[in-house]
Amino acid sequence: MTTATLSPATLSKAAFFEAQAVKAGARRNRLLSLPALIIIGIFGVLPLLIICVYSFLVAAPYGGVQWQFSTDAYLNFLFQRDIFDDTLQFTPDFLIIYLRSFLFAVVTTVICLLLGFPTAYFMATRPPAQRNWWVLLITIPFWSNLLVRTLAIMFIIRDEGLINNALLALGVIDKPITMLYTNFAIQLGLLYAFLPFMVLPLYSSLEKLDFRLIEAAYDLYATRRQVLWRVIIPLSKPGIIAGCLLVFIPALGAYVTPLILGGGVHLMIGDLIAQQFGSGRNWPLGCAQALILMAAVLVALFFYVRNTSGKVQHG
Amino acid sequence: MAEPRAIDIKDQPGFRSIAIICLLVLYVPVLILMIFSLNSGSLVTHWEGVTLGWYGSALLNEEFHNAARNTLIISVSATIISTICATLAAIGMTRVKPWRGLAAAFMVINLPLMVPEIITAVATLSFFALIAGTFGLNFGIGNLILAHTVFCIPFAYMPIRARLEDMDLTLEYAAADLYATPWNAFKRITLPLLVPGIMSGAALAFIVSFDDFTITQLVAGPGQTTLPLYIWNQIRRPMTPEINAISTILLLVSILFVSVSFLIARRRAK
Repeated sequence: MTTATLSPATLSKAAFFEAQAVKAGARRNRLLSLPALIIIGIFGVLPLLIICVYSFLVAAPYGGVQWQFSTDAYLNFLFQRDIFDDTLQFTPDFLIIYLRSFLFAVVTTVICLLLGFPTAYFMATRPPAQRNWWVLLITIPFWSNLLVRTLAIMFIIRDEGLINNALLALGVIDKPITMLYTNFAIQLGLLYAFLPFMVLPLYSSLEKLDFRLIEAAYDLYATRRQVLWRVIIPLSKPGIIAGCLLVFIPALGAYVTPLILGGGVHLMIGDLIAQQFGSGRNWPLGCAQALILMAAVLVALFFYVRNTSGKVQHG
Repeated sequence: MAEPRAIDIKDQPGFRSIAIICLLVLYVPVLILMIFSLNSGSLVTHWEGVTLGWYGSALLNEEFHNAARNTLIISVSATIISTICATLAAIGMTRVKPWRGLAAAFMVINLPLMVPEIITAVATLSFFALIAGTFGLNFGIGNLILAHTVFCIPFAYMPIRARLEDMDLTLEYAAADLYATPWNAFKRITLPLLVPGIMSGAALAFIVSFDDFTITQLVAGPGQTTLPLYIWNQIRRPMTPEINAISTILLLVSILFVSVSFLIARRRAK
């Protein structure tokens, strides 16, 4: 009897049943992801589909939409209908705001990279105990309230702010330099907001750097500059791309920063969209503008995916 | 012998100064804002002396009370719901054989991170306007809780999933070998080991909900002022250091929760 139960055939049968049981359990487990998927599906994905539909409808006079098909929202993005002869006239106002935002986002990304890369590299080359402190110090602003941080910048660059007061006291200037509500203010605010978003992904990539490669480069008579440009930077490319994306996407759709530091005069895409849902009372136009922004983001993500998957193929 | 072997090979010239400049740039403006919350003068720009009076007047202000109550109701509910969903999802997406649609499910969970906040904001606003218009459904403050839950889930999900992936599977197998039912194995082995990940995820979910401005501003109905919205309303009036005091409170809450989440994660790494 005992020999029979321990025979290879029985054992493999047992293993088979066990595997079946594990599989059944595993199949049940996958249902556990349903609550999260349902909530995001209904309250996250469905709303995106709704704005796709809304962008092809007509604006109701007091906000909201009328159920009547129209491509006016997209036409209005580039053209304005003449009130008298009903012809379309090219009005680049919105396009200019999109290009401005793009430029802001690019400059923000470049400067954040120029400041963030050396910082992340410096952090990654500290002894482990010190490294933790640096990471915590960069993580805190990463998660701190963006509205409050933007407010802090506003206090500093106001006409009666710290910078102007200091310059006045030193006699460098005799009347305050206007910085608040200018393009400079928005650019500064964006840099301040997104710098930690660059440093952290760069750090996690540089932390894994194999320093024997740097040693090898020096052994082969590379100069410091060559080591930086030919070894360290190419090896940290995934981190650089991730950091640039993490800065570029939110900077392009920034809302709070231009709202507070641009004073409603210098708009970015985010404020433009919000305006259509507020005082503009043109929801379809706002939806169309949001989708055009989404398209830009998808292009950026596409480049990211292509770049990173190419990386994998090369080994 | 005199060749550069003596120097640190990891060093790059100027990087230390840039790192220190970055830290100063990140912290000095916020520190100034915090310091001026103690200003005894009523101007946000001229220093007159130290007082805690602005904290007193902020904490006694009824509008502040309402905003704080709304914020806590929304962020605590969103944190609880999103952490439960994220925990279940993380188990359903790691403790399984790869299933068809796993990659798509992963994308859906992370979607709120990829869509710019302003788009999520107007989309959610349109959605709630539509169901209010069509079915007459309005969940009141529940609208905000649901909107927050959506973007809290991926933040809670990340550390929980990381913890599950780091976990030693042999313990779970051992439990199964010792005739533990799947539920018992989960309750007695997996869940206790998962607690740090869950706490870290809950802390992050709480911060992003507590601090959210963009989505809340567009979705909030009348009377649903949260603390960030309260600050925004104050900016548009003549400002007193009271706004610095409230801002400082918000920053301290963020710092507390980030540090908690960070320390839990560090302990795990050791």
